[in-house]
This record gives sequence, C-alpha cells and structure tokens, in this order.
Amino acid sequence: MNALLAQPFLTALVFGAITAGIPLLLAGLGEQISEKAGVLNIGIEGMMLFGAYAGFVAAYYSGSFLVGFVVGGLGGALVAALVMLLCIRFGLNQIVIGIAVTLGFEGLTAILHHFQFSRTYPRLAAAPVVDIPGLAAIPVIGPGLFSHNAMVYLAVALVAVLAWAFRHTYFGLNLEAAGNKPAALDAAGIDVMKTRTIAVLCTGLLAGVGGAYMANVGAGIFVPFMTGGAGFIGIVLAMLARGRPLWVLLGALLFGVSLSMTTALQVAGVNIPTDVVQMLPFTMVMLVLVIFARHSVLPPALGLPYVRGDR
Amino acid sequence: MSASADIDLTAAEQERQERRREILAAVLRVLIPVMAALVMGGIILLILGKNPLDYYGFVLRRGLLTWGGLQETLTRMAPLLLIGAGLIVAFRAGIWNLGTDGQFLIAAVLSAALAPALITVLPDALTIIICMVVSMLAAAIWSLIPAILKARYGINEIITSLMMSFLGVSFANVLVKLFFRDPATTVPQTMSLAVEDRLPRLFDTTIHLGLIIALVVIVLVHVMMTRTAFGLKLQVVGANPAAAVHAGLRVGWLTIATFAISAGLIGLGGAVEILGVWGVVRADWNPAFGLLVVPLVFLARFNGYATIGFTLFFSALMIGGDSAARRVGVPNDFVLVLVALLLIFLAVVEYLDHLRRKKAGA
Repeated sequence: MNALLAQPFLTALVFGAITAGIPLLLAGLGEQISEKAGVLNIGIEGMMLFGAYAGFVAAYYSGSFLVGFVVGGLGGALVAALVMLLCIRFGLNQIVIGIAVTLGFEGLTAILHHFQFSRTYPRLAAAPVVDIPGLAAIPVIGPGLFSHNAMVYLAVALVAVLAWAFRHTYFGLNLEAAGNKPAALDAAGIDVMKTRTIAVLCTGLLAGVGGAYMANVGAGIFVPFMTGGAGFIGIVLAMLARGRPLWVLLGALLFGVSLSMTTALQVAGVNIPTDVVQMLPFTMVMLVLVIFARHSVLPPALGLPYVRGDR
Repeated sequence: MSASADIDLTAAEQERQERRREILAAVLRVLIPVMAALVMGGIILLILGKNPLDYYGFVLRRGLLTWGGLQETLTRMAPLLLIGAGLIVAFRAGIWNLGTDGQFLIAAVLSAALAPALITVLPDALTIIICMVVSMLAAAIWSLIPAILKARYGINEIITSLMMSFLGVSFANVLVKLFFRDPATTVPQTMSLAVEDRLPRLFDTTIHLGLIIALVVIVLVHVMMTRTAFGLKLQVVGANPAAAVHAGLRVGWLTIATFAISAGLIGLGGAVEILGVWGVVRADWNPAFGLLVVPLVFLARFNGYATIGFTLFFSALMIGGDSAARRVGVPNDFVLVLVALLLIFLAVVEYLDHLRRKKAGA
C-alpha cells in the first residue's frame, strides 16, 4: 500500500489526470458554446475522432505538433460544417444527425486508417513540453501539473477567455439569446442562423483540437474508435456546468483523475480490471445527476431549429 | 341525377389517385435514401480505390444468395429485431432510449452466467425461460435511473441513458472478469452453455428459435402501440407531453413504464443472442448493435412490419460486410459509414417532403 503514496504514483496520477482531462475540457467547452446557442451537438464524438485522425496524419507527415493541432481543429470544424448545413440551414433533427455523424466518422476514420496504415500503428515522437519556470520544480505535484505541452496551458487559458466572453461581449450575449429566445435575437436584428453557425463551428474546432491532443500528445498514436465516449462526457460536462466554463474545467479534471487512475494503479502494481476504473467517471456523473437533479438547466430552445415566423 | 353520379365517380377516382400518390411518395421516401446512401458509399469506395460493384455484389451474394449466408443473416435478425421492438416502444412514446448497448450486454452476461448453472438442475425449457425473464428484468432495472430522472426532474434522457450504457458495458465486463468467470479458461469468459442445451434450431437449419420469438414480439409491439389503449396513451405522451398531462395521463409513470418495456425487450435481445448463438460471453465482447438499429427504426417510421424488412436488409449487409472485410479488403467499419449516410439522406428526404407538403398546403 505504501507504493500508493510514493512520489512516482502521485506524479503519474496528476500528470495523467491533466493529459486525460484536456480533451474532455476542450470538448466540454466546445459543447457549451453550441448548447448556449441552442444546438445539441450529439455528433461531437465524430468531430473529435476526425480531428484526432486528421491531426495525427498531419503531425505524422509534417513532424510538427503545431500543424497537427491546426489540421485537427480544421478537421473538427469540417465535420461541424456538415452538422451546421444539415441541422441549422435545413433544420433537420439534431439528434438523428448527431448519431449519424458519430457513427459515420467512427467508420470513416477506421477505414481511412486501414487504407493509410494498414495494420500498423506508427508512433509519434514525444510531444514537446513547456516547463513553467519555478513551479515545475515543486516536488511531487510540480512535474505533474506544470510540465506539459503548450496546448494544456492554452486550454486552461481558454476557460478564462470564454468566461469573460460569455458575460462581457456581444457575441456571448447573442449566443445566450440564440439558445433562450431565438425570436428575440432575430427581432433585435441579429441573424440567428449566423450566430448558431459560428457556435457550431467553434465547437467543431475545439473538439477537433481536443481529438488531436488525445492522439498526438496523450497517446502518441491513432487507434480507430480511440475517443471511446470522450465526446459524450463533454456533452455531460457542458450540461452540468450550466453555462459556466470554470465548472467544465473542474468536471474535466475530475474525469481526468478517474481515467488516469487505471494507469497510475498499474504503475503502483495494483491489479484490478481496468473496467472497474473506467466505470468511475460515469458513476460519478450519474451520482452528480441524481444528487443535483433539479439543478441541471438547459436552454429552452435547445435542439429546436429556428424557423422565422414559426411559433 | 346522372350528373351527381358523375361527380361522385370523379371524386372517388380522385381519392384513389390521391391514395396512389401517397403510397408512391411513401415508397420513394424509403427508396431514395437507401439508393442515395448506396451511391454515396460507392463513391467513397471508388475514392479509396475499390470497385463498389464488386463490394456490393459480394455483400449481396454472401448475405442473401448463398444458403449459409442467408441462414447467418436470418440468425442475426433475432437480436436486431428485439432491439428494434424496444426502440419502437420508446421512440413512439417520445423517449430517446440510447442506452441500448448497456442494457443488451447486462442481459447477455446474466443469461450466460445463469444458463450453464441452472441447466444442471432444471429442465432445458425452464432454464431458458428463467434466463430470459431475469435478463429482461435486469435490463429494465438498468434503465430505471434515466427513467426516474426523466419522469421526476425532466432530465434529458439522451445523456443519462448513454451514460448508463457506457456504465453497463464496463459493468458487464466486471461481472465476467470478477464474478462469473470460468476458472478453466485463460481468457476471461463465463461458463459456456453446451450447444445441445441452447435454443432449439428450426428444422434442419442453423437458425434458432430466437428468430420466431423476435418476429412474434415485434408484431405484438406494433399491435400494442397502435391498437391498445396503453399504446395510444404512450403515443399521446410522445406526441405532446403537455397535452397528455392535461388529458389526465400519469406521464411520469408512463415514462418509467416505457423505459422498462423498451429496455426489457432489448434485454431479451441480449438473452436470445447468448442462448441461441454464443452460449458464452467473453470479456470485452460488445457487438454494439444499439445505435445501428436506430436508423432502421427511423426508416420504418416506427412501423413494426416495415422494421422487419429493413432488418433483413441490414442483417444481410452486416453478414456480407463481415466476409467482404476478408475477401474484398474493405473493413466492415464501412457498414457504419453506410448507416450514417442512410440516416443523413433519410433526414434530408424527410425535409424535402416536408417542404413539398408545405408548398402543397399553401
């Protein structure tokens, strides 16, 4: 049992929690933007997977992690553009299209991987790490918290930026109106379609970057179906956070800890089925939902297409 | 006198024409998405450097036109039909039960754990019936949390049932690895049910009784939803929950009942697949049929009879696609892409149809 308190275990746990939490954070923030604007983005899993695949291929052939992130984000946004066209322009059922996008890109990325790499799983070099001066030298938690890829710090900074933007910019307020009372936004002379379009594209971008982070930095390889429900966890985080980015961050870290438990316990030599640990985050979500059931709030116009003149 | 008869005649003629046009429209609403998905899928195959005609031809031959393949296809229909029946109940009642995979696996594992143990003390038929009942109950219980959260607090069941599905898949694995593990095997799996103790085969085929059970169930479900007071109540809840409350329906209880029936039928699908085909659950086994059946049920517009037809089509695609992965070199994940295309084109056609009606109405 002593091994559990030893430094390598704790460092691995903290480091793993951040690494596992960042894709969830990005997905959760992305989903939050969509949900605020009244679009329930069930297809976010597909956006993450395509971002992961596109980002991985880009990083693999260019040798640059930056290119990987950019292409991953664009890949996610491309999927989002499809969702935008079908759900916002045509007003098709967001749940049906969401399921389609998730299934379709699960299949498509698996096939593309098969034709590109056959049965091999090439590995990227370790991602570059930025040490925060001073803080990274703190024993035990320092290496776990302050010695990460630059994307980690960017993602955390994004939490603050979004929290500010949601409250203090016209864009943030427009988003909120598009989800709460689209007709009012329309009456104020602002294009609901355009607001929602931008929101969904932002979601795709963030989900794609999250996927690319998962493949390139987290795993170093691309494996078909590798997101394994991360997008759905993002949806739950956004739902529980009730529009506040900071809560998405806290939730993502909580999930990150329980996900990294598996690897950390193996480092410590404890042997329990990984499934037990994989159940932890979902159990936690369900518990939170049961306990705080009355407090989860979604925008009234969530999931409904906006048609001018319709009641 | 004769003039009014003429008018009656033309009115009847017009009505007949109108009905013919409606039927044609209904057929087109189904045919167009299927054809469009196949064509689009073919284009993707072309881009990947495969001949789509080879692929589709192989899938068709292997899935439907060989005796062995046809038997496999019909056998695969059993779990899909039961999942479809469960989804029809839920969707008609306006409930998004997306927890199918968890419900299916929990039920499957319990059947696999119970059957080999019970068979030693009970007669065959009784063992199988008990397994089915326990599996259905377990799946129904697994759906209770999303059901109650929806009924009491109006929490979106899409998210909660999906979460319970992920949980269920992991929990099923835990059950296999920690509790029901057969000590005699190196790879974790449950004890296995001997072939002669499984669901009886139909005549001289490899198709098991589960197909008959599934066909009967989906017809019963269709009749229940369209012809009984209970089914109509559920449909009212689905069409307009607020109106249902005003009409004095106990929406909360109906929601929970919907979830329980839906999950129970999906659980029966899991039981049938184990008792009929596998006889055992290996760790990490998850056929993930759930989301694949969703488009079939939509294509069928929640009609049980039409679901049977689409399930046959889709089973053939799955069975043929499996072989095509080995023989033509297209991974069977391609089936996922086809399903997605089908869903998208279905929604698009539905939308165009809606526009057409609106224009006709105006």
